[in-house]
Parts: sequence; C-alpha cells; structure tokens
Amino acid sequence: MNLRRDVFQAIADPTRRAILLLVATQSLTAGAIASNFDTARPTVSKHLQILTECELLQQEQKGREVFYLINAKKMKEVADFIEPFRQMWDERFNKLESIMKQYKPKE
Amino acid sequence: MEQKTKINAEAGRQDLFITREFDLPLELLFKAYEEPEIVEQWMGTKVVKLESKKHGSYQFETTDPKGNKHCFNGSIHEFSRNQKITRTFEMENTPFGVQLEILEFEKVSENKSKLNMHVIYESAEKREQVLKMPFAQGINMAHNRIQSLLENK
Repeated sequence: MNLRRDVFQAIADPTRRAILLLVATQSLTAGAIASNFDTARPTVSKHLQILTECELLQQEQKGREVFYLINAKKMKEVADFIEPFRQMWDERFNKLESIMKQYKPKE
Repeated sequence: MEQKTKINAEAGRQDLFITREFDLPLELLFKAYEEPEIVEQWMGTKVVKLESKKHGSYQFETTDPKGNKHCFNGSIHEFSRNQKITRTFEMENTPFGVQLEILEFEKVSENKSKLNMHVIYESAEKREQVLKMPFAQGINMAHNRIQSLLENK
C-alpha cells in the first residue's frame, strides 16, 4: 500500500481538511465533529476512519468517550504540502489539453 | 495510475521543475501559451495584456468569489515559437516576490508534446510559501464553509 499517496488523498478532500482544522485546536468526539457538518453522520464517520487509518488523526479514550486529536508528527511529514500544488497545475494542464483538442484554426 | 503532471522540488532549493506530457501536437500546445483568448480559458483569468514577443509583457486579472481582484504580471525575455519562453511572473500585493520561469516545449511525436517548466524563486523560503499556498487556500475555503454553517445555526 502506498501510504504517502493515501495521506495526500486524505488531505485532498475538503471535508477531511475541514475536520483536521476543527481538531487542530481541541480534541473532539465524533458527535461533536459531525455536528459541524450537514452531511450524514455515517459519512463523517467514514472520513474520521480514513484520517485515523493514515494516522493524521489519533484516538484518545476518556472515560466512555473517544476523542479525536490531530497527529502533529504525521501532519509535519506532509508539511511540504506539494500535492495540492501539483493538483492545481494538473487541473490547469488538463483544461489546456481539452481546450486545444477542440481547437479549430481561424480561417 | 501514473501522474501526468510531475513536480520535482528538492528540499532546500530555491527552484523547482514542472513537467507534463500532452496528447497534443507541439504547435497546439504552444498556441495555448501564445493566444490571449486561449490563455484566458485554461488559466481561468482575464488577460488584460499579453504581448507574445521578446521585450513584451503581460498582465492578468482574476476576480475571486468574494469579488476581490488579484493581479499578475510579468515580462517576456525570450519568445521562440514552438521552442521556448523565458519570462518573469509576479503576484501583485503578495510577499512571494518575482519568479523567473523558463518554459521549454518539446515534440515527442506527431500528436504528443512535452512541457518542461523551470521556476526559480527569490529564495528557498519564498518557494516554500508558494508551494503551500494551494493547501492553505483549501483550508481557508473549508474554514469559511464551517464559519457560514455555524453562523446559520
């Protein structure tokens, strides 16, 4: 499994980035995180699972509740954040390619 | 799946390389950089001025969803059709400074071509700032969305 790519796929999703931002300042339960989104609770759970699997989030048991907190070490590993930069160029170039495939020279 | 656009940015350096192979003849790829109307379409910006020649210059203007205008400009130092463009690039009112861009266009086959882009920044620190920007924008967009959700409660 290509873990590096998985981490970048994880942070490429806007909802998952929003979750990371939420827990960046405080650890939260799944319910507290889900209440910030209008998406269905199972969808948020799926996002939390992905973020936990690629170690961007850590779980912490406090009494009966599980809190999610950011894994600063892992975040630092991807801190050059080059993938969104690459994707930005990739999208631009894809657009260029599709426009030029339709291109008809002016008479 | 192999990635079509590749970025080579070695740690600690003040430059980087962007390479991309296109399913386009070389002439069409180059035209996408030469004609203002086409640049507007794929760059998603208004082209205020684009003089595709040596000693020429260009100016782009983009309006974000909030209505703020962002201006970009640069000078063209070399313009060799279907071969090479050397130019500067500056995002106005940002701390990123001016970057030097060397674009080389290469024919791979009748219907394939390649672009090699060498970008040199004022310093390694400035390069890091530019690299992080798309990630930061993603975070900001997500943050704005959370804000508007919270305000609507």
